[in-house]
Amino acid sequence: MTRRAAIVGGNRTPFVRAGHRYAQVSAQDLLVAALDGLVARYGLAGERLGEVVAGAVLKHSRDLNLTREAVLSTALDPATPAYDVQQACATGLETAVLVANKIALGQVEAGIAGGTDSASDAPVAVDDGLRRVLLELSRAKTPRARLAALAKLRPGQLRPAPPRNAEARTGLSMGEHAARTALEFSLTRQAQDELALASHRNLAAAYDRGFFDDLLTPYLGVRRDDLLRPDTTLDKLAALDPVFGRDLPGEATMTAGNSTPLTDGAAVVLLASDEWAAARRLPVLAHLVDAETAAVDHVHGEGLLTAPVVAAPRLLQRTGLTLADFDLVEVHEAFASTVLATLAAWERDGLGTVARDRLNVTGSSLATGHPFAATGARLLATTAKLLHERGGGRALISVCAAGGQGIVAVVEA
Amino acid sequence: MGLSEDPYGAFVRTAPGKLLASRAGLPRPPRLRRFVPDEEWAVDPALVVGLSGAARVDEVTQWLRDSGIAVGRGDGPLSALVVDASGLRTVAELDELLTLAPRFRRTRGRVLVLSAVPADVEDPEGRAVQRGLEGFVRSLAKEARGGTTVNLLRVADGASTALRSAVEFFCSARSAFVDGQPLVVGEGTPAPARERRVAVVTGAAQGIGAATAQVLARSGHHVVCADVAAAGEQLAAVANRVKGSTLHLDVTAPTAPQRLAEHLADRFDGADVVVHNAGITRDRSFVNLDEDAWRSVLAVNLLAPVRLTEELLRHPGALAPGARFVCLSSINGLAGAKGQTNYATSKAGLVGLVEALAAPLAARGFAVNAVAPGFIETPMTAAMPPVPRELGRRTSSLQQGGLPVDVAEAVGWLAQPDAAGVDGQVLRVCGQNLLGA
Repeated sequence: MTRRAAIVGGNRTPFVRAGHRYAQVSAQDLLVAALDGLVARYGLAGERLGEVVAGAVLKHSRDLNLTREAVLSTALDPATPAYDVQQACATGLETAVLVANKIALGQVEAGIAGGTDSASDAPVAVDDGLRRVLLELSRAKTPRARLAALAKLRPGQLRPAPPRNAEARTGLSMGEHAARTALEFSLTRQAQDELALASHRNLAAAYDRGFFDDLLTPYLGVRRDDLLRPDTTLDKLAALDPVFGRDLPGEATMTAGNSTPLTDGAAVVLLASDEWAAARRLPVLAHLVDAETAAVDHVHGEGLLTAPVVAAPRLLQRTGLTLADFDLVEVHEAFASTVLATLAAWERDGLGTVARDRLNVTGSSLATGHPFAATGARLLATTAKLLHERGGGRALISVCAAGGQGIVAVVEA
Repeated sequence: MGLSEDPYGAFVRTAPGKLLASRAGLPRPPRLRRFVPDEEWAVDPALVVGLSGAARVDEVTQWLRDSGIAVGRGDGPLSALVVDASGLRTVAELDELLTLAPRFRRTRGRVLVLSAVPADVEDPEGRAVQRGLEGFVRSLAKEARGGTTVNLLRVADGASTALRSAVEFFCSARSAFVDGQPLVVGEGTPAPARERRVAVVTGAAQGIGAATAQVLARSGHHVVCADVAAAGEQLAAVANRVKGSTLHLDVTAPTAPQRLAEHLADRFDGADVVVHNAGITRDRSFVNLDEDAWRSVLAVNLLAPVRLTEELLRHPGALAPGARFVCLSSINGLAGAKGQTNYATSKAGLVGLVEALAAPLAARGFAVNAVAPGFIETPMTAAMPPVPRELGRRTSSLQQGGLPVDVAEAVGWLAQPDAAGVDGQVLRVCGQNLLGA
């Protein structure tokens, strides 16, 4: 990279279990809230930024210009351009890479990256037959033509087709895919529950010391992630019934406690050139150094969420780093088993081990929740602040994504 | 905020309400005019009157003209009546006040009396005369009608720039809810000009804090809007509206002074204005007051301003040259209020803080003052029981509650670079409320 993009800071809404406090708001509302909080924190009201890039995984047909529409609802100068990106759960980090690359090339001086998702306000498709009738009805010019169109309606067509949390090509949910990977790596229930427990404890401790005071802005009266269970224990986690992999040969180890539930929320991160930040006397928490995206063939048996296993060696080779060179490692906790499988695979492939005291030190998705597209921006801002707090260092971020994809990034302070 | 928060006040301004109120002898609160940028406030000319020994007539006349107010001598209605009574030294000369009666009758707006600082007058009769002006002003304020206010400026020797800004403030719509108040104006060096002045307002998410942010932004400040993280959503809205920025800060946190000082030094080259506005109430009669209700009120309202100010004064670069502090006290702190022993202790304590800091801060080119709001229409007063709330509104000379913007305007004036000669004072913004007056 010609110049490294600075991570100035981030902002997110508290993350909330789907169907709860954010049930009545859209992904766009959440993105606006996250953006306005960021704009306020860095005094950007009325400013024109180079660009805002964000996206959502669960996207309505009306959201074709989601990010641009959100920008128009914020205090930013409406002359700020925006576009949407969609790469499943990698969205929030991929957008940051895109903005950072433009900064690196000198095409923009500052931009915002992020993501938003509302599992509560998920798009519901209608039966294809009904859709054709409705389209024909809208084209009909005369009452007779409208009647003719309506006459084609059949009761069976009135069933909505709700979104499925399943891979298009395998028909398996992410959890079922992850359960297969867990079996492959012989991951124990206890190891997964311990990781989940650590996530809750670390997140609760971070809240208690005010770590999120400048990373989060309350929304609709919600001040903290509502999935956080500060008082959970191994016993409580062990009492939960498995939910994934129950029909597989072998012990089913994945429960609601060591898997992330559907979540609503949005997160954004402010990236800029060092010069732009300095001119505004804004802090630089860290720099986004490099990133690598990879994909695996999950259709023919590779683990759906294991693309970071492929991406990390490529990135490390390019940057000349080893796992030992990282002070912090953030691995998105789509499932506890994903994190454990990723670490095991890195070790198997000779990348080295990740000490637990460097892993997800302020908790991650298991305790925070996982509004798909928002997760990457949350991880990036959190990691940058952690490095800044330490007075410097290097971190690796790893995010798996549906569709057999994944992204890893190096952050330095 | 609209006047609809005072349903009675709105009702008596309707035709049937007016009739009913005048028949029944009920209070008829006037509609107060607030400052609106680019709107001419003083439609009628002002009149400047010099009594015996007056020395300021010419300059005051010039100042008013410079600020766009016509100064006349005719018999028509007056928007402001400024009286220089600072030269009166004998009881006989006090008779000259009688000549003001016909002019007072014609004034719909502001009456401002200039006096000497009584303590500076050695002659007993002279000092008595000057002190007597306070009683005159306070009583005249109670007789004034139609939203007219009457205030007293005690002018110290050498006061010039500060006096000018005081005259402008007290003769403008910005002082709509300041009534019957004496204030000392001294000499002071105006703060040096800066490209972008920076103000920090604690408790900026709502009420008086939010209004203060707005007024300070109007006068060109970048406002750092500080409040607890829990109020972050409203805080962001306020900051974005005034094109300022947010700082999630719990003023009672042990790290708060350091964080604020570093934030101001690192990001802004120091603050020009610090408004200690964050405050809470935990009302309960003294005998029922638990430790938490006592301590939390004192921690937020009194200890936090003490600690934050200490650190800002100590931390290099946290304050810009000529910086101003404004503490939000309360008339309940001055007068006491049932069920508010904790609150009143904290708010009276702030007056002590201001008094103690005034001289040492002046030596460094800074200034510190307190503003003591009376009954102001805020979420806090909206939560009061109806009867005390209605009493709070009607017991002022203006027969209504003030708005957050009224307090904000006073803070905004004290924050002005040329208000430098006002130091260690408590300015009540209470519509001359009976409490503690």
